[in-house]
Amino acid sequence: MDALRFIAKRLLLMIPILIGISILTFAISNTIPGDPARLILGPKATPEGLEALREDMGLNDPLYVQYGRYMAGIFQGDLGESTYSQRPVADDLIRYSPATFELTIFAMVITLLIGIPFGIISASRKDKIADQFTRIFALLGVAMPAFWLGLLLLLFFYLRLGVFPGSGRLDNGMSPPDYITGMYTVDALLTGNWPVFISAVMHLVLPGITLSAVTVGMITRMTRSSMLTVLQSDYIRTAYAKGAPENRVLYGHALRNGVMPVITLLGMAFGHALGGSVLVEAVFSWPGLGQYAVNAINYLDFPAVMGVTLLIAIMFILVNLIVDTMYFFIDPRLKHN
Amino acid sequence: MVRRVVSSPLTVLGLVIVLIIIVSAIFAPAIATHSPTEVDLLSKLEAPSGEHYFGTDEVGRDIFSRIVYGTRISLRIGLLVVLISFPIGTILGAIAGYIGGRVDQIIMRITDIFLSFPGIILAMSIAAALGPSIENVMLALAATWWPWYTRIVRSSVLSIKHSEFIEASRALGANPFRILFKEIIPNSIAPATIQASLDLGFVILSAAGLSFIGLGAQPPSPEWGAMLSNSREILREAWWAATFPGIAILLTVLGFNLLGDGLNDVMDPKQR
Amino acid sequence: MALLEVQNLKQHFTTKKGFMGEKTVIKAVDGVSLSIEEGKTLGVVGESGCGKSSLGRSILRLVEPTEGSVKFNGQEIVGMSPRGMKELRKEMQIVFQDPYASLNPRNTVRKILEAPLLIHGTGNKKERQERIESLAGKIGLRKEQLNNYPHEFSGGQRQRIGIARALMLNPKLIIADEPVSALDVSVQSQVLNLMLDLQQERNLSYMFISHDLSVVQHVSDKVAVMYLGKVVEIADVKKVYKDPLHPYTRALLSALPIPDPVRVRNRIILQGDLPSPANPPPGCPFHTRCPMATKECAEIVPPLEEKTTDHFAACIHT
Repeated sequence: MDALRFIAKRLLLMIPILIGISILTFAISNTIPGDPARLILGPKATPEGLEALREDMGLNDPLYVQYGRYMAGIFQGDLGESTYSQRPVADDLIRYSPATFELTIFAMVITLLIGIPFGIISASRKDKIADQFTRIFALLGVAMPAFWLGLLLLLFFYLRLGVFPGSGRLDNGMSPPDYITGMYTVDALLTGNWPVFISAVMHLVLPGITLSAVTVGMITRMTRSSMLTVLQSDYIRTAYAKGAPENRVLYGHALRNGVMPVITLLGMAFGHALGGSVLVEAVFSWPGLGQYAVNAINYLDFPAVMGVTLLIAIMFILVNLIVDTMYFFIDPRLKHN
Repeated sequence: MVRRVVSSPLTVLGLVIVLIIIVSAIFAPAIATHSPTEVDLLSKLEAPSGEHYFGTDEVGRDIFSRIVYGTRISLRIGLLVVLISFPIGTILGAIAGYIGGRVDQIIMRITDIFLSFPGIILAMSIAAALGPSIENVMLALAATWWPWYTRIVRSSVLSIKHSEFIEASRALGANPFRILFKEIIPNSIAPATIQASLDLGFVILSAAGLSFIGLGAQPPSPEWGAMLSNSREILREAWWAATFPGIAILLTVLGFNLLGDGLNDVMDPKQR
Repeated sequence: MALLEVQNLKQHFTTKKGFMGEKTVIKAVDGVSLSIEEGKTLGVVGESGCGKSSLGRSILRLVEPTEGSVKFNGQEIVGMSPRGMKELRKEMQIVFQDPYASLNPRNTVRKILEAPLLIHGTGNKKERQERIESLAGKIGLRKEQLNNYPHEFSGGQRQRIGIARALMLNPKLIIADEPVSALDVSVQSQVLNLMLDLQQERNLSYMFISHDLSVVQHVSDKVAVMYLGKVVEIADVKKVYKDPLHPYTRALLSALPIPDPVRVRNRIILQGDLPSPANPPPGCPFHTRCPMATKECAEIVPPLEEKTTDHFAACIHT
């Protein structure tokens, strides 16, 4: 019951943020310099023709009317038409988002599998060689331009060694698995399509590692500092003092409390990965939202750019909501407040 | 304080990197061995050598010289973005924290909205709307960066707002403007300043990313992100074109990071 | 006419709790009346949490009073326009308890002392510097020390700087909020003597807020004893210390060390804790801890009455 109330409260608090986001994206769309009508009709347009199109497009209405129309459109799933693909933006977003989801989730899994153990090792061997090594590794991860790491991985593992494919989601000529979630690895697993599954995973490796570089650095650092705080706390000293074996102290007492705060950072890390996916997808020709956005930018396709922006912001908020809810269930203190 | 900075080898490393970048930017014409933009088709796609330290690109431009000149672009971006967003964020944060109530709520809800976009995505859409140019990328980054300073400054203002020296100022009849600028901001700006020095690196990184997808610097500008974007076409033939500009970005971000972390340790009163 | 005349002053704080906001009202100052004559000192004593600091801040309108009247030189302060208030701030100043927190750590002492003059646009540059230097001399600072920062001074020195700042504008009244309680005992008397000298020299009035009864006895002409936001006793210092009428005053005084080894001390130990000002007891606020309490005490709120000539107390049993 408490959990339901908590989630309901968080959902309620999301409403003003969502309205704010829509105002901001609307404002950005309105800063496009120049007159959209002129952009469409070209330099030879007559004043009458321009005026008629402006009236037709609703550009002469007051801003709040235009905003109202924009909001009404969003609620009906109408995000305008992509000038590049000539399809409704909403359809394009549905088509491209599973690939981005698959990539970011894969990157987050790598992040957790590497970041948390590295952070724990680093903290438990504070100032020893393993710690120094991990800290430099994490620092490099945070400072690393992901798109550059992607290029290096392409150079080495694709062009030089040829062990991993360098672009796309599947080998050439392979047809995607039956559509269930749109994420090829998941769909292939569900339909038992092993060749496709293996190909999909192979294609995920390089972009996934690239995308996770920054977040691995973040999570490693956070885990390390949080574990250090816990390891220096009185109850851990007490555990040592009463003669508990080191491993039991570390894994029994410290781990749970040390890793918990890291969860709060997951939302932020996911946001980073979502943002980074734009660049990483461009490097690996990964047909997701990021590449769609980059293409849209190059073709001055604003409805598409704004559609991606809005969708990613909403995804980011939802992820944060999920993370908060998880934290609510894990941290007993929150349940009583 | 100087001794504390020097006592940490990583901070010294950061300082050295930052100094190298500044020196390269100032003395770029003296350091560069070639023109950063001159095309020389006779020596295109040359591997690194004594003549071209970092090799040449597909039209024979010297990559080393381009990277050296690129420090000017990157430093300018970093500094300008921070110089725009820092005062805006600081003043809004100080106002929010000091005045409180409804003003605080409005300002903080606005920052929440900006922070509910992944930074690079918001900057991307603003830059895309303004049109591809380096100035627009700077504007876009400044527009996404200020809320961080607002948050940091607000929380440090909240921690000193009820200090007796602020009350003393009010008892003397100082107006809110004076209290804000003479008493509150000078005493709550330190954490945000440290963040700003860290951010110099991250701003440069983000700008390079936006240039990489075609939004920022346009060819033939020797901007590192644009150079990397360009290198994709010749990845098979010229590994050096994809390697060195990236190292430059990495080192720059690393340098400002190490310096900022070092400053943080020095300024943190708990460690004094 | 008294210099400062406070009538029925109330300072209530509302705090919201929780999401839906159940409000609690904390009556920090609850109907205080008192006055201070020119050149005299009123001591205000009470335990921490009794509202004596809130009273000082309320009088200066550092916190807006909820209700009541504060007259300075016959002029009503509550509700006064910001411009008029700014003028009046020259006349009444405050000295704070914590000399470490009351000086801006980023400014030199010279700047700290100049601020009041700049705020009120007093004098030109030369005149301002002269005034700073002359006051610095008064509080025992050398000229060179003016360019130092607060952290380079001792607590006592800082408190003297705080006093100098309060004096920069030549005020008539100074509210001193526990001005010596953060200082070492050895330094306390230096600061107190400085305050007394300055009072003589400039005919200053003080409202001296403290929890320390001996200090208050030493500096005050009149004393007000506060308990849970109310004045429970007020009279000349001699009357209060020799012949306390309120049981709370008696209890406080019984804890004072007596410099006479032969006399037997009859210490009254108060029962229980100070009740929360958010939830004060009904009737006499002191009845929960009072050794003399009877049934009526829980019902009747005792008014502050003149029990003997110029000696006021709020107790139905005296």
